[in-house]
Amino acid sequence: MNLHEYQSKRIFAQYGVPVPQGEVATTPEQVRDIAVRMGKPVVVKAQVLVGGRGKAGGIKLAKTPDEAEEVARQILGMNLKGLTVRKVLVDPAVDIRSEIYLGAVIDRAQRRVVMMASSEGGVDIEEVAARSPEKIVKVPVDPFLGLREYQARWMAHAIGLDKAYYRPFARIAQALYNAFIESDASLAEINPLVVTGEGDLLAVDGKMVIDDNALFRHPDIEEMRDVEAEDPFELEARKYGISYVKLDGEIGCMVNGAGLAMATMDIIKLYGGNPANFLDIGGGATAERVAAALRIILSDPNVKAVLINIFGGITRCDEVARGILAAMDEVKPEVPFVVRLIGTNQEEGQRLLAEAKMETATTLAEAAQKVVALVNP
Amino acid sequence: MSILVGKDTRLVVQGITGREGRFHTQQMLAYGTNIVAGVTPGKGGMEVEGVPVFDTVKEAVEEQGANTSIIYVPARFAPDAILEAADAGVDLVVCITEGIPTLDMIRVRRYLDDVGVRLVGPNCPGVITPGEAKVGIMPGHIHTPGPVGIVSRSGTLTYEAVYALTTRGIGQSTVVGIGGDPIIGTTFLDALQMFEADPQTEVVVLIGEIGGTEEERAAEYIKTSMTKPVVGFIAGQTAPPGKRMGHAGAIISGGKGTAAEKIAALQAAGVKVARHPEEIAELVAQVL
Repeated sequence: MNLHEYQSKRIFAQYGVPVPQGEVATTPEQVRDIAVRMGKPVVVKAQVLVGGRGKAGGIKLAKTPDEAEEVARQILGMNLKGLTVRKVLVDPAVDIRSEIYLGAVIDRAQRRVVMMASSEGGVDIEEVAARSPEKIVKVPVDPFLGLREYQARWMAHAIGLDKAYYRPFARIAQALYNAFIESDASLAEINPLVVTGEGDLLAVDGKMVIDDNALFRHPDIEEMRDVEAEDPFELEARKYGISYVKLDGEIGCMVNGAGLAMATMDIIKLYGGNPANFLDIGGGATAERVAAALRIILSDPNVKAVLINIFGGITRCDEVARGILAAMDEVKPEVPFVVRLIGTNQEEGQRLLAEAKMETATTLAEAAQKVVALVNP
Repeated sequence: MSILVGKDTRLVVQGITGREGRFHTQQMLAYGTNIVAGVTPGKGGMEVEGVPVFDTVKEAVEEQGANTSIIYVPARFAPDAILEAADAGVDLVVCITEGIPTLDMIRVRRYLDDVGVRLVGPNCPGVITPGEAKVGIMPGHIHTPGPVGIVSRSGTLTYEAVYALTTRGIGQSTVVGIGGDPIIGTTFLDALQMFEADPQTEVVVLIGEIGGTEEERAAEYIKTSMTKPVVGFIAGQTAPPGKRMGHAGAIISGGKGTAAEKIAALQAAGVKVARHPEEIAELVAQVL
C-alpha cells in the first residue's frame, strides 16, 4: 500500500524526523487560509500516488496568500498521469542550501533492510543509480542489531556531509529506520533531506510503501488508505481473494495461480494478442469465485474475448467446469470465451464444456491462438 | 535418491487440526507420506486421521522422531511456528502459509541461518519426491518417479510442467516449490546445488518469474559449476513495472527483475529457455 507524502511525513515525524509544519487542504480557499496563518511563502504540493509531480506541474511555490489560492486552483482537480488531484499539502517554503537522498529498502538478495544515502538528493534515485551508482552509499542492517550510529556516520562521511551534521544525520537515519521497521514498510524515502539556509536538516519530501501482508497489525495505517486513488476493480477483486491487475489489451484472462497467470498473458502476446489483465482466482475455482472474476474482467470495456486457463489439481476439472458453467449462467457475458481445462479429470471437464457449446482447447498454445483469432479475425 | 524429502522423511504437521492442515494430512497420508505427528497448541492428546496430536513440536520430535515439519498455520502465527520447529530440532521446515510479513521473514531467516535449519517457502506448494513422500499441497497423482529435478517459484505453473512431463512418460526425481515471496528459505541456487549432487537427477528444470535477482544468481552457478543440463522458463514477460503480480515477490521495481534480463542471463549460461510452459517438456525430452 502506497502512502501519500503528507501521510509518510507524519509517520516520519512521530519517530523524530524533522519535517516542515505543513497542512492538508482540499479547496483553494483553505490553501489561502493556511498561507495567511503561516505568514510566509508556501509550497503547494499535489497529493497523488505518482512520481515526478514537480515536472508535471503538481508542485508550485507561492509568495503570497493570493498566489497560493491561485496555484491551488490550478493544481486541485488537475490530472496528473491519470490521477485526479483531490488534496494538496501546503508546506512553508524552505531556503535550500543542499539536497540529500536518504532511504530504506528491502534488499532481497542480502535479505536485509538496506539504508541508502546520496549527495544527489532531489532527483529520482533510480536516475542516480543508472547515471552515477558510485554516488549512492548502501548499508545493510542486521535485523537483530538495528541501524547502529557508526553505520549512519559512515553514510554521512561517504556522501561528504559536513562533520557538524554527523550527529543530527545519524539521528534522522535511525528515526527513518525505526519508522520503517515499526510500520512494516517495504520502502521509506526522504528525498530530499535538505540542509537549510539556517543550517538545519529537514525532510522536505517523503514516501512510504507499506507491506500489504502486515496491514493486519497496523489498523491506523490501513485507515490511511486512499480508496479514490486505487483502481475500484482491483479493490473489488481483493475482497474475493482474487489478484487482479488491469492492463491495456483486449483479451481478458482468468487463471489459477500467479505464475500460470503471467505465463498465460505471455503466450497471448507470443501469438500476437494483448492481455487485458492479470487475474489469479486463487485456490479452488468455485462458481462464486469464477462469477466474481468474470464480472471484474468484463467491467473493462476494452475486453473483446476472454481466455480461461485452469489447471485442475486437487480441485478436479469436472468441478471447475460446473463452476464455470454456473458462473456463465449468472453473469451472461456478451463476449466470446475460450476455455482450457487441464489436469485431473480433464476429459470429463472438457465434455461438460463442449456439451454447453463452449469453445475449448487442449493445449495452452491452441487456446491462445484461438482467442487471438477471435479478436483479430 | 532424491533431495530434501523421501522414504526417510518423518513428518510432523503443524496446524493439523485446522481445515487446511486436516485436509492435506489426509491427502499426504493417501500418497504414502510417513506422517508421525501433528501439532496444535492446546489440542495435545487428540488424533487426526489416526495421527497423534501434540501441544509442542518438541514432543513430536522427542516422542515420535519427527525430522521434517510442514506448516499450515495462518500468516500471523507462521513465523512463530517456523522458529518453534527449528528450535525443536527438525532438519527441514516446509512452510505453505501465504501472506507472512516480509520483515518477519527477514528475522526468521536470519535466525535459521544461525541455527542451521533449512526452510522451504513460505508461500509455496511444498516438496514432492514421486513415489516416496509428498510434503505439500500439490496434486500427487500427476507425478511419476524419474530423472528430472524441478525447482520453481510458482505452484500451478509447476503442475503444468510436471503434467506435461508425466504425459510424455518422463518422471521426476524431486519437485521443489521454493515459493513466491521476496524473502524465502531455500533459493534456486540451493536447489540447483542439491540436484547437481543427486545421482538420480539427470536434467533440471528451473521455473522463475519476474522480481528479484535469484534467477541471475542461479545462472551464474549454472555457468560456472553445473554439469547437468538445465531447462528454464520465466513467467511475466508482459508484466508491467511497479505492479505486484499476485505473488508478493513478483514485481519489477526500479527497472530490476524483468523477465528479459533473467532469460538473457539463463541463455548466456547455456540454459535452454522455453517460450511457453508446454515447451518445457519438449526441451527436456530433447536433452534427455
